[in-house]
Amino acid sequence: MTLLAAEKVNVVYEPARGTRIWSVRDVDLDLKQGEFVGLVGESGCGKSTLGFALTRMLRAPARLENGVISFGGVDVASLTGEALRRQRRKGFAIVLQSGMNALNPVRNVELHFSDILRAHAGPGEHYSDAAVRRRGAELLGKVSLEASVLKKFPHELSGGMRQRVSIALVLSLEPKMIVFDEPTTALDVIVQKAVMQTIQELQRDQGFTAILISHDLGVVLESTNRVMVMYAGRIVEDQPSKELVRGLHHPYTEALLGCYADPRAEEIHLEGIPGTPPDLSKPLPGCAYAPRCPLAQEICWKVVPPLAPLGSGTAACHVRAPSAKVPGAQAAAAKAGAGRVATK
Amino acid sequence: MRQPNGQSAPGKAASVPPLVVTDVSKIYTVRGRGRGKFIAADHVSFTIPPASAIGLVGASGSGKSTLAKMITGSERPTSGSIKFGDVAVERLSAGGLRRYHSRVQMVFQDPYAALNPLHTVAYHITRPLQNFLGMSASRASERVHELLETVGLTPAAQYAGKLPHQLSGGQRQRVVIARALACDPELMVADEPVSMLDVSLRAGVLRLLADLRAKRGLSLLYITHDLLGARVITDEILVLHKGRVVEKGPTKHVLQHPKHEYTTQLLDAIATPFATDGAATTH
Repeated sequence: MTLLAAEKVNVVYEPARGTRIWSVRDVDLDLKQGEFVGLVGESGCGKSTLGFALTRMLRAPARLENGVISFGGVDVASLTGEALRRQRRKGFAIVLQSGMNALNPVRNVELHFSDILRAHAGPGEHYSDAAVRRRGAELLGKVSLEASVLKKFPHELSGGMRQRVSIALVLSLEPKMIVFDEPTTALDVIVQKAVMQTIQELQRDQGFTAILISHDLGVVLESTNRVMVMYAGRIVEDQPSKELVRGLHHPYTEALLGCYADPRAEEIHLEGIPGTPPDLSKPLPGCAYAPRCPLAQEICWKVVPPLAPLGSGTAACHVRAPSAKVPGAQAAAAKAGAGRVATK
Repeated sequence: MRQPNGQSAPGKAASVPPLVVTDVSKIYTVRGRGRGKFIAADHVSFTIPPASAIGLVGASGSGKSTLAKMITGSERPTSGSIKFGDVAVERLSAGGLRRYHSRVQMVFQDPYAALNPLHTVAYHITRPLQNFLGMSASRASERVHELLETVGLTPAAQYAGKLPHQLSGGQRQRVVIARALACDPELMVADEPVSMLDVSLRAGVLRLLADLRAKRGLSLLYITHDLLGARVITDEILVLHKGRVVEKGPTKHVLQHPKHEYTTQLLDAIATPFATDGAATTH
């Protein structure tokens, strides 16, 4: 069952002075109930902005320019005020990048719970202090923290614990969809692994839909069942996670995969991606990746490639996934020799 | 990458002395609630032979950065000695420390915090040139261009006048590296130089560090919790856990045959899609 269907989502940053940046470009999404989806890409590709747009968290100068975001049948893109606020209870929620900055340093964990539970209490629902403590302890238990954490202030907790508290707070409103925005980026590798395991277990047990935003393809592939690769504001590939490590893909996805290796291997080749992402304040007539792409053909500089079938998913590449709707794409793909891997 | 005026010829390796850390401990006294002693380094000994790269690996709180601070002279050990050639680092006076800093430089973790937002790229790199090498302004500005080219920021003229916010994280980290190279150091201490960078940019910075080491013959102490980075640029690694060295040896050997439980844990934390033979098939 489709939980979230987004069509032609566009986000722009319009500062009072300075250049207008078109950060998310014509993104279409279709997420099913209970799916765990990863959103990966380099810094500045618009992945966090898209996450904020989907949870209606954008603040000026960012603006959702147009697009429909249908969440459980309701178009949340046009909601405002109280109607939007109601969606945050049993609707959608976001876990922010660094748990340390998301918590109030002068309030203990229990007060965070009482704030959120009381602010979003349903009609006729009342949370006594004892009820807040009971619910808080129960939620902390779900993220493997002890009830004694309720009395602690953020500075008394380690980075991993703070991130777990943020997750517990988000769970308190029983959301159907949670966006995790780089939940483990600031953490140590071993703590990162443990927090990701907790997120995976919660997702499996509670059955919410999850979107994991990360620049670390390794973390995403390990925990999600579907991965979307974003580049310059567009989704350029959408594949089942377990398919991504084999077969042919969008050249950008292949370049991202080339940034990883096992440190135990006999020989190691790290590729990296030469060049830099494009300037999103300028119009991009063709494929945004063309200047960095080893397979780029003439058509790539002129026509924006649509998502077309590739393997078990879709990709936006004239060479790897020529779309029947784009005249000349098939010929360009044939000319590139169906793109025998140029990565190595 | 061309060599600036042959000033740092590969033959320099011969003149770089070894850094010898002997039985170093650092104990911090914690005041206030929960007071007591915190042992950040516990009888650590190791040597960085001339022109070699040593990795210092461990989780947060294992004492990696404390060791780096003691080696660069910004913290003094509670006991033990650190010798760079004839220099006893733990006993340096202010003036001695200043001379020492022209030989030992540090690359910091966070390129977003290591540069002054109000100063241009050129200014950052000019400071060590004038302060340590006593160069004239015009000679320094020439050298800035050479250094920018060395770290791959070309065309240099385009980058010299930029302010930090006009650069990406990877470019900023290159500026930080250029600044560290400016006074032609013999030892570079890099504290997690790539952890704040996107995975796609890491390979580029790692390759730059490896190149510089090979061409300039400087020694490198590379501090990280990223085993892949350590594998790419270091010859030997030391695994640190709770202030103690729990394992050391040639990097490849330690990673392929980990002995200590903690090393295994670090290896297990690597995302599985790229683990073991999975990595081989994608390349």
